[in-house]
Amino acid sequence: MTALLSPRDRESPSPRDRKSLERASLKHRLAEKGVDRVLWLLVPGAVFVVLLFVYPFLYGLQLSFQPKGGGSPFQNYITFFSDSYLAETVWITLRLGLPAALFNVLASIPIAFRMRGRFRGKRALTTLLVVPITLGTVLTAEGLLAFFGPTGWFNRIWMALGADEPAKLTHNYWGVLFSLIITGFPFAFLLTLSYLSGIDPTLEQAAATLGASKRQRFRTITMPLLAPGLAVTFCLSFVLAFSVFPSAVMVGNPAGETHVMSIAAYETALRDNDFAMGSAIAMLMALVMLIVIGVVLIWRATLYRGATGGKG
Amino acid sequence: MTGQRFAELHLDHVQRAFGDTVALKGMDLTIKGGEFVALLGPSGCGKSTALNCLAGLLPLTGGRITLDGKRIDDQPPEKRGFGMVFQNYALFPHMSVRRNIGFGLSMRKTPKAELNRRVDEAVRLVQLEEHQHKFPAQLSGGQQQRVAIARAIVLEPPLVLMDEPLSNLDAALRLEMRTEIRRLHQSLGLTTVYVTHDQEEALALADRLVVLRLGEVQQVGSPEEVYAHPVNRYVAGFMGYRNMIPVTVTSQEGENTTVHTEGGIKLVGVKREELSDKAVAAIRPEDFTVVTEAGDNTLDATVEIVEYHGREQAVEARLKNGERLHVRTNSRLAPGDAIKLKVPVERVLVFA
Amino acid sequence: MNRVLSARPVVWLTWGALIFFMLNLVGIVGAVVTNSFAESWFGTWLPDGYTGKWYGEAWRDYRLLDVLVVTFQVAIAVVVISVLIGVPTAYALARRNFPGKKLLNVLFLLPILMPPMTYGIPLATVLYKFHLAGSMFGVIAANLVPAVPFVVLTMTPFIEQIDTKIESAARMCGANTVAIFTRVLAPLLVPGILAASILVLVRTVGMFELTFLTAGPTSQTLVVSLYEAMSSAGIRPQQMVDSMAVIYTGSMLVLLVIALRFVNPTQLVTRLKEPS
Repeated sequence: MTALLSPRDRESPSPRDRKSLERASLKHRLAEKGVDRVLWLLVPGAVFVVLLFVYPFLYGLQLSFQPKGGGSPFQNYITFFSDSYLAETVWITLRLGLPAALFNVLASIPIAFRMRGRFRGKRALTTLLVVPITLGTVLTAEGLLAFFGPTGWFNRIWMALGADEPAKLTHNYWGVLFSLIITGFPFAFLLTLSYLSGIDPTLEQAAATLGASKRQRFRTITMPLLAPGLAVTFCLSFVLAFSVFPSAVMVGNPAGETHVMSIAAYETALRDNDFAMGSAIAMLMALVMLIVIGVVLIWRATLYRGATGGKG
Repeated sequence: MTGQRFAELHLDHVQRAFGDTVALKGMDLTIKGGEFVALLGPSGCGKSTALNCLAGLLPLTGGRITLDGKRIDDQPPEKRGFGMVFQNYALFPHMSVRRNIGFGLSMRKTPKAELNRRVDEAVRLVQLEEHQHKFPAQLSGGQQQRVAIARAIVLEPPLVLMDEPLSNLDAALRLEMRTEIRRLHQSLGLTTVYVTHDQEEALALADRLVVLRLGEVQQVGSPEEVYAHPVNRYVAGFMGYRNMIPVTVTSQEGENTTVHTEGGIKLVGVKREELSDKAVAAIRPEDFTVVTEAGDNTLDATVEIVEYHGREQAVEARLKNGERLHVRTNSRLAPGDAIKLKVPVERVLVFA
Repeated sequence: MNRVLSARPVVWLTWGALIFFMLNLVGIVGAVVTNSFAESWFGTWLPDGYTGKWYGEAWRDYRLLDVLVVTFQVAIAVVVISVLIGVPTAYALARRNFPGKKLLNVLFLLPILMPPMTYGIPLATVLYKFHLAGSMFGVIAANLVPAVPFVVLTMTPFIEQIDTKIESAARMCGANTVAIFTRVLAPLLVPGILAASILVLVRTVGMFELTFLTAGPTSQTLVVSLYEAMSSAGIRPQQMVDSMAVIYTGSMLVLLVIALRFVNPTQLVTRLKEPS
């Protein structure tokens, strides 16, 4: 062995050293890519998400192509779109979800604006605005039925103000929309306030010293920085409103005007025991939702999305 | 309190790459026990990489580090037993000053009585007796710095590593802490490797300087050597030779070299490297004297900007060919003055 | 002064709309609370008389003690498991850039973005297939699906803002990996874990769809039995359902007040240090 080594080689690392160096360098190359022992920490999370989310989702997807009654793999989807009672659910759901999400986001902006900065009772007011989260759908539904019902307090005042007949606000589209606003608004408000608080107020002050009026500051500084956050808020609000289920049953007209996709999916899967069809409707629901969110996020990608000056 | 002395820490062709970029290109350095070594260079020169490699926080991609002949570069940082002071201090925010300082001792399962005694001693050493029960957030920058130093030296480590420890402090505090660090080093004799981009700090503190550039060692030497005899134009620039005049070499006689500036002005200087035709003449602002008569090594210039610096003035003057000169002088000058600047031959360094 | 005046109309409109919203909200909640205490209430401004008996009857008839115990067990199990799985994942995602990280991020975002019905139905189908639906296990598993990603999502930025130098400093002091986790990281993570836990708790107690799809008669949480009670109304007086709803809202309110003590709601997406 030594005989094979020329004198110059004697200075290079011994075989043992060299081996450990090679090992170190493989380890190093992997570490450079971020692969080291820390990644073991991902295992429980990854197993979890695959087992309880990816697998069921894919299972549902393939199940939706195995119609209960046999036939073409696309039979479930064909049935969905040819049956107007089912196909209509898409529009019914969008007609509820989009206005509710839009209203919640738009209404949050001025209120969040008022809530910026520090003033007495801010915490109390924030809490008050967040309280509807605790109501839950059932209390909201009961309350809507009682309050907006034909003999409820609202219609009593309405009649006292001179209306001829009570306004019909429950067991129809409006009841569900109100319910979505009551449960969705606090959430949209919190997110908007959170995004708004992240914008450094000195940016607006800087614009003011450069001669921008209050309206110009809002239009040229605050809005562009807030817009990406509003896009995210809209998406999350839309998801909440889009998955409407209990309130559509309780304060809506679940067989007609508010026969939304989740009711259709639930009824076919668990009441009629047609899991294949139920999965197909669930997949379509996911698809519609992803399309709406995709459109919003593509729009968001055109906006400035860097730091908003907030610390950290 | 004295560190466990070692005889020699040897960096043998230490190399570190990040992907395709090599941050440290085969660094060779020997550090003797008790020495204060400063790694000096601008950001991106590899000085912090070298320090992190020494600490074990970054694995090497080549070369080896040996401590008294024993290889240590394959050991994790917690096994090496070195102390380190971080730029932003990295104090544990949820622990009091005392617990921060005692953390390393408790990791080594030091008996309670001894732990308390040594923490007391460290607290006294950095003069934090009044603040020892406070939390980091309640301390000023300078006090946090003292905690960080105490935490590093309480273990009496064979080697203390300091990563730009003064860069987050304001100017006055920086000077005070600089003296403090020097005092601690003199009284404890802890071997220290100190990283900085501030040449003044490095000159003031270190026994030996290592000047780095783009991952390569440029010069190693005592502060006097590096300050007076920089080996190349890069080190010279870092050591305060602010005037770098492009010149053409016309004749060489031993050390003495005659050059001409682009405007045709003749200068005689000392050669520091092997030269070709094109070269630079490096002159410190303070080596100029304002004279009244023309003569050898004298430049005609017009004063443009004057900064008041107390006893001195910092002057920016312009040569006829448009070249700008930085001058420090005791003479009182005003913008627009026409002046003659003389520089001694041995203060003009000619680099390739 | 001028600024305040010019902003007046917008300010009045905002506060006006807010007050209108609040009045309606008070009416809605008030109607339910009033009814839960009403002897009987038909077509009048206020009930004929007041009683607290419906609470007692609802408590007995709907076996609310059992339901609350189940709710509590499910919620605690979901919180503990989601923290145990989510925090290590968040740590790895916050500290390392590795191939496939983007994909993993999307996978952890989807369960929060998707309406629960879309993955709830396939999940329920799978759980029925393995005979796991209808049990506590099924309910807990289903509720974990959005809970774990939620912990990951809230903890990742929290871990990112802890300086890695602090871990390096501990290492230089001689701490090994275990000591770094237990002595340095864990105490620093406690506020974040507490905030994430309490939010997961609130979400789980309020989560209707997933529990509804997977629960059996003995594994119903409060929301679901409330819904069942309301859908099967007619047998029992409306007041009982209302008193149950008030109990639910009361417990949610307690949780929310606790949550707000630990979480500043305005700092959900950005951690801005307010001058104190």
